Amino acid sequence: MTIAIALAYLVAAVLFILGLKQLSSPKGARNGNFTAAAGMVIALLATLPLLHFTTAGVTIILIGVAIGGVVGVVGARRVKMTAIPQMVALFNGVGGGAAALVAVAELLRFGEHPTFTVAFPSVFSIVIGSVSFAGSMVAFAKLQELMTGTPITYPGQQLVNGLLAAAIVGFVIAVLAVASVPFSFVSLMVLALVLGVAFVLPIGGADMPVVISLLNAFTGLAVAASGFTLNNFALIVAGTLVGASGSLLTKMMSDAMGRSLVSVLFGAFGKVQSGAAAVAGQEGRSVRSASAEDLGTLLAYSRRVIIVPGYGLAVAQAQHAVRELADVLEKRGVEVSYAIHPVAGRMPGHMNVLLAEANVPYEQLKEMDEINDEFKNADVVLIVGANDVVNPAARTSPGSPIFGMPILNADQAKNIVFMKRSMRPGFAGIDNELMFDPKTMMFFGDAKESLTKLVSAVKAA
Amino acid sequence: MNNELLNELTFFVLAIFVGIEVISKVPTILHTPLMSGTNAIHGIILVGAIVIAAGASSPVNIAIGLVAVILATTNVVGGFVVTDRMLEMFKGRHAPKTPESK
Repeated sequence: MTIAIALAYLVAAVLFILGLKQLSSPKGARNGNFTAAAGMVIALLATLPLLHFTTAGVTIILIGVAIGGVVGVVGARRVKMTAIPQMVALFNGVGGGAAALVAVAELLRFGEHPTFTVAFPSVFSIVIGSVSFAGSMVAFAKLQELMTGTPITYPGQQLVNGLLAAAIVGFVIAVLAVASVPFSFVSLMVLALVLGVAFVLPIGGADMPVVISLLNAFTGLAVAASGFTLNNFALIVAGTLVGASGSLLTKMMSDAMGRSLVSVLFGAFGKVQSGAAAVAGQEGRSVRSASAEDLGTLLAYSRRVIIVPGYGLAVAQAQHAVRELADVLEKRGVEVSYAIHPVAGRMPGHMNVLLAEANVPYEQLKEMDEINDEFKNADVVLIVGANDVVNPAARTSPGSPIFGMPILNADQAKNIVFMKRSMRPGFAGIDNELMFDPKTMMFFGDAKESLTKLVSAVKAA
Repeated sequence: MNNELLNELTFFVLAIFVGIEVISKVPTILHTPLMSGTNAIHGIILVGAIVIAAGASSPVNIAIGLVAVILATTNVVGGFVVTDRMLEMFKGRHAPKTPESK
């Protein structure tokens, strides 16, 4: 590696670090993304003079970059804001696949008997990259609703996954010991792909973002391992940065949901329910439902209204409708704020993005810690398509899968209005006591239509 | 263990600490954009894909190289663009553009 290239890689590494730093504060986040992208361009350009191109090589690089570029731009531009989580999963998965392929190609180049320092990182990259690729594709399919989004479990699942993992470890040892290229690497890749699928199948619902973040960290590590194989400084540093920060981010995300990483990965959220209490609670209970006119009057004559937006709002694309409702209320002098649970929407921060898209003023978005003491002063709390994040079971019922998750104190408001499509449980798959609360009124329907009805009802009141 | 590997290990270990340190204070609302941003950064594997594709001559290598470059480019380009779209939504929120809502 020449000095010029090494220096260019150093600059790129610094830009990645600065980019990450900026990305973690709201002020500089967008610039941070540009900073990291600049680092990427520098690293790519610096690599080119190092290479001896064959004609075929130049051709496939140009074709590959053209196809990948178009897919990337069109995919990222066209995707609806609500579908962003699965898009991130997809872009992560292809990175993992690329890392595995790079390691395979490098191993092939070394022939029958690669040295240990080449074989070890390559095998690591192949396994982790393939797991990340297959796992991300399953995550994408689940979130895109190409398959059921709920956990898929079967008896002995943990055992099967454990055996798969053990088989891979055994295979890795065998490969490193005898290294018979290429058959053994292909089998290894297939095994790792199967493990990736099996690993994500039992995970569903609100846990998906945590898994995507974990797979993101995996891809980072696979890229770093490929860097060891290629002796490429840029891959090692950038891959490791992502592996480390991605691991921490994964932990922060599961902490925000009050769940441990272990229970996310092996707990099969949404399947654990049927605690005796949850079943008993359902029998013979009635809920109060209200008309748009009743609610319009209630809202129009309130002083303080807190809106709790959830995933149902995102699905119905109702972020503009909710802002419209807030506008007409404010015109009447009602004080409106939004309570944003850390995992509202489908990913942490997702709801802020959606509401910002609808031009909701930033000052009205309140994070959980900031607003939780204000619920008791609120006349009405309007829960739009949210469920688990206001479920008191998280506080009171130790058997519940969401027990311990921090929730919004919506139950302390004077009136509670639940806007939902049906009585169906939320992501966690458990019933919500709050719907049966005497202070609660249900307003069934699509979030967007319901909000529009409320807007006219408030105007009429 | 040769010198180059030793250097690489050093970078690797230091990068772990930097990676953890640099994002340790991220607020919850930025978790998703940050995940997406790091996702774009591991698209650096495009460098690796180009390295292995450049010298490809056998059909197997050409096939692997082509697929690797396509996947890696999708990762880089899609990753940065989708992150930018998310962050675009945050723009101007620090500007006092809504003085009436105090």
